Amino acid sequence: MIGESMYQELILEHYKHPQGRGLRDPYDAEVHHVNPTCGDEITLRVKLGDAGKIEDVSYDGQGCSISQAAASVLHELTTGSTVEETLSVVDEFTRLMQGRGKVEADEDVLGDAVAFAGVAKFPARVKCALLSWMAYKDAVVRSAAR
Amino acid sequence: MTSTSLDVERIRKDFPVLSRELPGGRPLVYLDSGNSSQKPTAVVETVREHLAMHYSNVGRAMHALGAESTEAYESARDKVAEFIGAPSRDEVIFTKNASEALNLVAYSFGNPGNTDPRFTLGPGDEVVISEMEHHSNIVPWQFLVQRTGATLKWFGVTDDGRLDIADISGLITERTKIVSIAHQSNVLGTINPVADVLRRAREVGALVMLDASQSVPHHAVDMAALGADFVAFTGHKMVGPSGIGVLWGRAELLDAMPPFMGGGEMIEAVWMDHSTYAPVPHKFEAGTPPIVEAIGLGAAVDYLTGVGMEAIEAHERGLTAYALDALREVPTLRLIGPDSLDQRGATLSFTLDGIHPHDVGQLLDDEFGIAVRVGHHCARPLHLRFGIPATTRASFYLYNTTDEIDALVRGLHHVQKVFA
Repeated sequence: MIGESMYQELILEHYKHPQGRGLRDPYDAEVHHVNPTCGDEITLRVKLGDAGKIEDVSYDGQGCSISQAAASVLHELTTGSTVEETLSVVDEFTRLMQGRGKVEADEDVLGDAVAFAGVAKFPARVKCALLSWMAYKDAVVRSAAR
Repeated sequence: MTSTSLDVERIRKDFPVLSRELPGGRPLVYLDSGNSSQKPTAVVETVREHLAMHYSNVGRAMHALGAESTEAYESARDKVAEFIGAPSRDEVIFTKNASEALNLVAYSFGNPGNTDPRFTLGPGDEVVISEMEHHSNIVPWQFLVQRTGATLKWFGVTDDGRLDIADISGLITERTKIVSIAHQSNVLGTINPVADVLRRAREVGALVMLDASQSVPHHAVDMAALGADFVAFTGHKMVGPSGIGVLWGRAELLDAMPPFMGGGEMIEAVWMDHSTYAPVPHKFEAGTPPIVEAIGLGAAVDYLTGVGMEAIEAHERGLTAYALDALREVPTLRLIGPDSLDQRGATLSFTLDGIHPHDVGQLLDDEFGIAVRVGHHCARPLHLRFGIPATTRASFYLYNTTDEIDALVRGLHHVQKVFA
């Protein structure tokens, strides 16, 4: 049923085995974002490297499988890419999540993050999926401002 | 006319929504009455009939419909007064919800317009609440102490989910002006020891307010017997409409309090530079009130009285005993709240190892049509106290069955399989 399609195997895998979890030093910016309606929260750090590349995205937080898996996928998709590339992934992911389930995902851009397509049909859960991605966008802006 | 047993299958027929199917052919298993209850046909029809045939404004319309509406609205007040054993009908103030009732009382303290010593508040004075409160019984008091420089203190909660009254004398002192606590916790199900709190409050001359949103719908609560000074509750949790709540207060206190909101119908006379106010209850009912909602609440208390509050309490007690046993069988389930029937109502909150409540609630709903509440249930400090961000909460009412508890347990096993 609907719930099954939301809880894709890939999401459950990332939830059970989060990638890159834990806060690491050094970092250029740290942000803390919360979802007041459900209490999910994330602390996220960004370390910029040479040539506009993201050297590391480290994070810690608590929340449902959707919010935690989204942070894990975010880590995988951003680390090692350029800031510019990652921001276009963030934009595409945001577009997918806010599309109420009617937006066709660009798998070339999103990679594993397409697994979240089913979440878009649940308005109450969209914020769970976007929590870490919005935190990342915020952190990138702040680290670039330094 | 109270009976002591309840025919749940007959009761269920009174609630049309309970026989509907959710998309995908799922039957509805509604275990979220602590959040808001479903409505019986009697309430729906009373509201419909009033809107269709009798509606007009109350108290100020000098025509036949105005008289009918006023009569229906004021007789709803009579019904509520009788239902809660209020010494006087004028002590029943209609608000839009329990939150407004709590805010109204908090506003009365430390108000420059009120010199009555029972309601003065400033630095050195104290307000006592508890760690198990709903946000609506926390935030208004935070506003109050921020506004006046008074100090906010609170009861802690024991590991088994009881109000920690070990140091009640140290907490409630000569400096305490008011104690405001839940009669029954919306998360733990705990029924608080009101008599102990009242005894100490009386020793030091403090007032006592109870948030009875979770108790009045589920067992007979008598204002005179309870002995508190203020009691707040809400219609939508007791088979009535949303948008209508009640503040009960002792007449001599209500008389000594300033109006809360200004507007039509709360006045006696108005000049350009000042006004005088109507006596209670209308002093606190500014503007056109929630007319049909109040009338619907009147129908709700008629319905509950017809079923019998003792029968409802006994039925819920049976469900709670059954659910406590059934949930014990679910691996890693941690109950947050008393695990015995002693002084507890039909609200059970719990966690499952490694599975966030939002995921539990989503799967229960999508796969089985089971409606529970997940999150912090507007009681974040209580969840912080237990070191958890959220819980899953099942709350029962007169229309729930043991079959539905079985469905919940099956659902929880399924959730654990998905996340295994």
